[in-house]
Amino acid sequence: MYKYDSYDQQMVDARVEEFRDQARRRLEGKLTEDQFKPLRLMNGLYLQLHAYMLRVAIPYGTLDSRQMHALADIADKYDRGYGHFTTRQNIQYNWIKLEDAPDILADLAKVEMHAIQTSGNCIRNISSDHFAGAAADEVVDPRPYAELLRQWSSFHPEFSYLPRKFKIAVIASDTDRAAMRLHDIGIQIVEQDGELGAAFYVGGGMGRTPMIAPCINPFVPLDQLVTYAEACLRVYNRHGRRDNKYKARIKILVHEMGAEEYTRQVEAEFAHLLEQGVEPPFAELERIRTFFEDPLFEADLPAEIDRSDPDFALWVDRNTVAHKAEGYVSAVISLKPVGGIPGDATAEQMHLMADLARDYSFDELRVMHTQNIVLPHVRKADLHALWTALDQAGLGSPNLDTVEDIIACPGLDYCSLANARSIPVAQQISERFAANGKTEALGQLKLKISGCINACGHHHAGHIGILGVDKKGVENYQLLLGGSEAEDVSLAKITGPGFDEAGIVDAVETAADVYLRERQDGERFLDTYRRIGMTPFKEALYG
Amino acid sequence: MRILTGNDLKTGAVTWWTGSDWSLHVEDAVDVTGSEDEIARREESARRVNAPYAIDATMDEGSPRPSHIKDRVRAIGPTVRPDLTLKPADPDIGNWVI
Ligand code: HEM
Ligand code: SF4
Repeated sequence: MYKYDSYDQQMVDARVEEFRDQARRRLEGKLTEDQFKPLRLMNGLYLQLHAYMLRVAIPYGTLDSRQMHALADIADKYDRGYGHFTTRQNIQYNWIKLEDAPDILADLAKVEMHAIQTSGNCIRNISSDHFAGAAADEVVDPRPYAELLRQWSSFHPEFSYLPRKFKIAVIASDTDRAAMRLHDIGIQIVEQDGELGAAFYVGGGMGRTPMIAPCINPFVPLDQLVTYAEACLRVYNRHGRRDNKYKARIKILVHEMGAEEYTRQVEAEFAHLLEQGVEPPFAELERIRTFFEDPLFEADLPAEIDRSDPDFALWVDRNTVAHKAEGYVSAVISLKPVGGIPGDATAEQMHLMADLARDYSFDELRVMHTQNIVLPHVRKADLHALWTALDQAGLGSPNLDTVEDIIACPGLDYCSLANARSIPVAQQISERFAANGKTEALGQLKLKISGCINACGHHHAGHIGILGVDKKGVENYQLLLGGSEAEDVSLAKITGPGFDEAGIVDAVETAADVYLRERQDGERFLDTYRRIGMTPFKEALYG
Repeated sequence: MRILTGNDLKTGAVTWWTGSDWSLHVEDAVDVTGSEDEIARREESARRVNAPYAIDATMDEGSPRPSHIKDRVRAIGPTVRPDLTLKPADPDIGNWVI
């Protein structure tokens, strides 16, 4: 894992003291809310439905046990004993007091964490593959490149006031586990004739105008990675629609300008920047890479798992994933118990996950964009002990990528921008399918819920998506079908008129039943939808 | 009726204007029709409230009920965590919110 050097630490510590002073001046009345708001937002502090909300960055979703313990301690000491893991691989606390915020940031800084650039029109936390460094199918660990970009984008003066927020994802395998093409910039590290390079996809996003990013350059040499990113941002910063907040994301620019013209301008800017020497020395990338070397995997471990306990065997089948080292797997800890709140974890659960990471996973954890937690490197021989501990703490749900593994944004229960509640819908759907026993038969079915058009819950990318809308002051839910955030990326389409809260749960079951009736051998829900189209679903839903 | 709400500056807690002070309980809110802007300005500059705004409400069994669901969720707390609401022991509070 990356360790802060003295520059990183100084920058973060200085920011804590700067914010401490700003918060003090606000509390003393020397700053008005209008003056203070941009300052607190730069430190991830929002004012939400019930209190201040703090969003803490977890760079590319990777953290160690010490950091996870610190996140748990913050939940206990300053919040109400829990936190919410988000689709951007971050964590949010919902009940923060302004007077405590500087101390929280100081506690975070002690474990090399912060909330800088988790809000505002800047480059946000960089996300990545949650199985990075463990996945059998990656060409290389993508995190050193994400870390290089993190350092480049942190406090980048030219990109602190972009037309709008900016989100980057970096992956390094053909299987996309990070919704790469739904980011402002998606980077895939690829191998070509023995050389590594970066494919750049620019102008994707969700929100009110979802777009899939086109590839604008299939191979940027790795010693020009930062320069190319800089060129992409420069062209956006110059031409992005600052006149209209709803058209200010880069996806609109790329769409309106056309990918070809945008690419032409990026290439021209790139040629210019190459002469300026903005690329950090390659030695810096090499230095970063040393932090991400493989842990010392043991050789000759048994490949067999004792499956005599059927509950354990089910969890192994559903929640563990192939690892590049023999005798190991990546284990997914589900934060989606039946009827629970997707992505929420109590302080005790966080402490436990931290301890289990220390004992069984070389001290590493990952946050998934699907709001679950990964222990990336677990010996197969330790799985039963791990599962037993998880199960006792309510963390052993065997439901990865099933209809019960729902992504849901905070919605109207917590978010001031919401139109409708997301969480209760997720709770009822998971309860419905746990009760009717269809989960197993449905197989992989990605269900994603957002409480408004901003799409924090990725509803456009759900095999089944749900969008909360406000219908004359009453919560209403639109159903969408056919989205995917993975390598077979697509945007979901609305089925038709919306449903009330009970109706949307029925509608999801109806859509699932159409799939069960129509599917052919080996088809997932998404495959069947793509083959038969919307009509049979509409007929079943609206008669 | 119009009632005035905002957040406590220090804690961020949702508060309601009672005519003389700010309360955590929407039951204490009073009608401010006509004077909402003046009260909001005065109270905000005295730092007794942060980000105040007026909303529509109706009288319901003797106390004000915000007209929009978002303000009712604000008034009580998250519907999915009854234990964290202002009325953890009231089994019917969900009906008031929704
Ligand atoms: C509760 C406080 C939150 C606020 C105020 C908020 C606000 C927003 C807004 C305004 C957008 C749309 C941006 C645009 O299209 O220009 C957005 C998008 C998004 N948010 Fe949030 N959000 C919140 C919480 C979350 C949470 C909890 C998550 C993760 C579960 C999240 C993840 C995202 C994602 C993935 C997008 C889509 C990014 C895109 O459009 O490319 N947000 N958010
Ligand atoms: S999608 Fe809307 S309701 Fe959900 S968290 Fe984002 S802004 Fe809030």
